[in-house]
Amino acid sequence: MISTTHVLVLSLALFTLGVVGMAVRRNFITVLMCVELILNAANLNFIAFSRQLGDLTGQVLAVFVITIAAAEAAIGLGIIVALVRLKQTVNLDQVNVMEG
Amino acid sequence: MTWFLVHFAEIVFYCLAAVALAGAVGVIAFRSPVHAALSLLGTFLAVAGVFVLMQAEFLAAVQVLVYAGGIMVLFLFVIMLVKARDIPDEPQYVHRLVPAAVVLGVLLAALVGVGIWAASSGPPADGAALRLVAGVPLGNTEAVGWSLYRDYLLPFEVVSIVLLVAMIGAIVMGRKETGRGGAA
Repeated sequence: MISTTHVLVLSLALFTLGVVGMAVRRNFITVLMCVELILNAANLNFIAFSRQLGDLTGQVLAVFVITIAAAEAAIGLGIIVALVRLKQTVNLDQVNVMEG
Repeated sequence: MTWFLVHFAEIVFYCLAAVALAGAVGVIAFRSPVHAALSLLGTFLAVAGVFVLMQAEFLAAVQVLVYAGGIMVLFLFVIMLVKARDIPDEPQYVHRLVPAAVVLGVLLAALVGVGIWAASSGPPADGAALRLVAGVPLGNTEAVGWSLYRDYLLPFEVVSIVLLVAMIGAIVMGRKETGRGGAA
């Protein structure tokens, strides 16, 4: 029997890797992939607790998370296409039109 | 041999976890976006395997179809679309950010780790509840569908509107600026 704690530790490691990747990488496409990693870690948590509690709600919420992830990927990649057309780069350090 | 059979699920889980973590490390370590995307694909498939072990067969199938099939193709498509020569050769790592990222990551891991040890105790519940449809044991897909369309109908409809908005937004951002003066 796989203990829930082990699944949560795997999810934690995936989440941490995603966050570190978002902080470290400057390539917009890679940063989007790190967001997908984080959402996957969240799904893993939902599913692990769904099994732990014997409750289907976690699995239904994971379906919603996957839907939002698909929407986020479509929007993010649309932004990348528009960005490359506008500034010919996917380097986040060069995207500073707002001077933030 | 008996030990192997008894602990078969654990062995599979640790193999899948190793693949998932290796893929995740690859995503942030590979310089080429194509290599990172293929590495991410490995993570997605391994996580789908973990879903099967967690008795979420329907979500494992959705994970493979939507992530590995849809989102990954979208990523690779865009990577090919914004050609490699459009990406200037620059240092991929921002060195002054690395210490902060490491410190924050370790702190986050410690914080959530304590929460995990505190929250998950006791053996998991009987998996039979995950395939129950109105008291009848059918299957995981039927059970998720039943719950989705009976208990979560309104969120389901709202999320479909979100998808529609995302689709329209992606089309609007992706098309060429033509017609009456687009400010961008």
